Amino acid sequence: MPIDSGDTAFILICTALVMLMTPGVGLFYGGMVRKKNLISMIALAFIAFALVTIQWTFVGYSLAFGSDIGGFIGGLDFLGLNGVGMEGDGIPDLLFMVFQLVFAGLTLAILTSGIAERIKLSSFIIFGLLWTTLVYDPLAHWAWGGGWAASLGALDFAGGTVVHISSGFGALALALVIGKRAGFGQYSMEPHNIPMTLLGGALLWFGWFGFNAGSALAANGLAASAFVVTNISAAAGALAWMGASWINGKPSSLGMISGGIAGLVAITPAAGFVNPMAAIVIGVVAGLLCYAALLFRVRKGLDESLDAWAIHGMGGLWGALATGIFATAAIGGVDGLIYGNPGQFVIQAIDAFVAMGYAFGVTFILAKLVDMTIGLRVTEEEEYVGLDISQHGESIRA
Amino acid sequence: MKKIEAIFRPEKRDKVKTALAENGFFAMTVSDVRGRGAQKGIQLQYRGKRMKVDLIPKIKIEMVIRDDDVPKVIGTIRAAARTGKYGDGRKFVLPVDQSAMVRTDEFVSD
Repeated sequence: MPIDSGDTAFILICTALVMLMTPGVGLFYGGMVRKKNLISMIALAFIAFALVTIQWTFVGYSLAFGSDIGGFIGGLDFLGLNGVGMEGDGIPDLLFMVFQLVFAGLTLAILTSGIAERIKLSSFIIFGLLWTTLVYDPLAHWAWGGGWAASLGALDFAGGTVVHISSGFGALALALVIGKRAGFGQYSMEPHNIPMTLLGGALLWFGWFGFNAGSALAANGLAASAFVVTNISAAAGALAWMGASWINGKPSSLGMISGGIAGLVAITPAAGFVNPMAAIVIGVVAGLLCYAALLFRVRKGLDESLDAWAIHGMGGLWGALATGIFATAAIGGVDGLIYGNPGQFVIQAIDAFVAMGYAFGVTFILAKLVDMTIGLRVTEEEEYVGLDISQHGESIRA
Repeated sequence: MKKIEAIFRPEKRDKVKTALAENGFFAMTVSDVRGRGAQKGIQLQYRGKRMKVDLIPKIKIEMVIRDDDVPKVIGTIRAAARTGKYGDGRKFVLPVDQSAMVRTDEFVSD
């Protein structure tokens, strides 16, 4: 297929939209930490993006999209972007490459939830490179690069499994290895700037249109359908979480935007397969489920600090299963459970749980490895004065 | 009548407030401050480079109380704010001549 100028223009813009989600995560998280760690939190998102860009250029893209080796990983055909050119199937290969790159960068940024306010910057750089190479790249290959999940027929339209299950359960494993923040559970660690989190949430919601609609990889009806269900699910999630938290007290804006993100996460794998009514159900369940997961995490005293596990992990898991329930052939060519195809639900469950186990297990091992060699965590005093000063030599006080 | 100025770790703010309230002391003024004490800030070693953080965030509470209550307030703040490490903070007790309500100009004794 020759290059289509409309598709190319659309995917170029979507790529830029998705890139904006990475600093969006930084702002979303930054508002929730204490102000001594604000610069650190936003900087980690940018650093994640920069690291993954270089890694993706050298090996990442090839590991994810090179010729298949045993269904597990891609070959080294595209090492250093060799052979990735201006020609391609509808859109230039280079554009497909960079569109996939912004997803990989975002995923590492989401992971920083589990290490917020206590990670040693140098260790994050080492860990991040290992993680994106050994966790993200294989998962991307399984789903989109011709790996076993794609052969099995697992559906993941825009990365519910690859991006959200991997980063959510990865963040949980990372939080378990690095340990709680000093003082966690003894005194309150309230978000220091909720408007900043809302702004980050706005950038995420906005960028998500590029994330999901762009995953159609063409400027067509499917992209429009994905765009619409994405927005519906986000709205349903925001209202559902807000409603549920209203019962327990005041409906916080933080809960509302968290619900919106939960709805966005859950619709991600399903965006190209479900209709608007299903999107409402997916969003509402995501809002309620992720809120319950957050309460569970707090009750258990787990310091997965900014709830990547509750929102991205559990939301991603629900989204993967929901795709198997609500998919309709009228939209994406595949039917799910309620249209008489229970097999698809089983495939979705296998894919999601394997990805969950792999992401959690390998992240745990990598985190242990880095922790035992160079140490993941800053010293007690560095943590006390905050990562802005101790890791960056900067402070938000002029 | 005495004024207490207590400067302590910011993460202890809620605990101190609650402890004072439990002992019947509600009136106070609270501010975020930065400062340093006898340990001259915190020294950090980062990649062999010495870094000094010489003004550390603290909380200051100010309250005016009866003379008799001074030991109780001082003790309550200690019990709630102490970690036992350097940097726990300081309490000052100042004499207060007079205190009048803005609303009525009425002089009050506590």
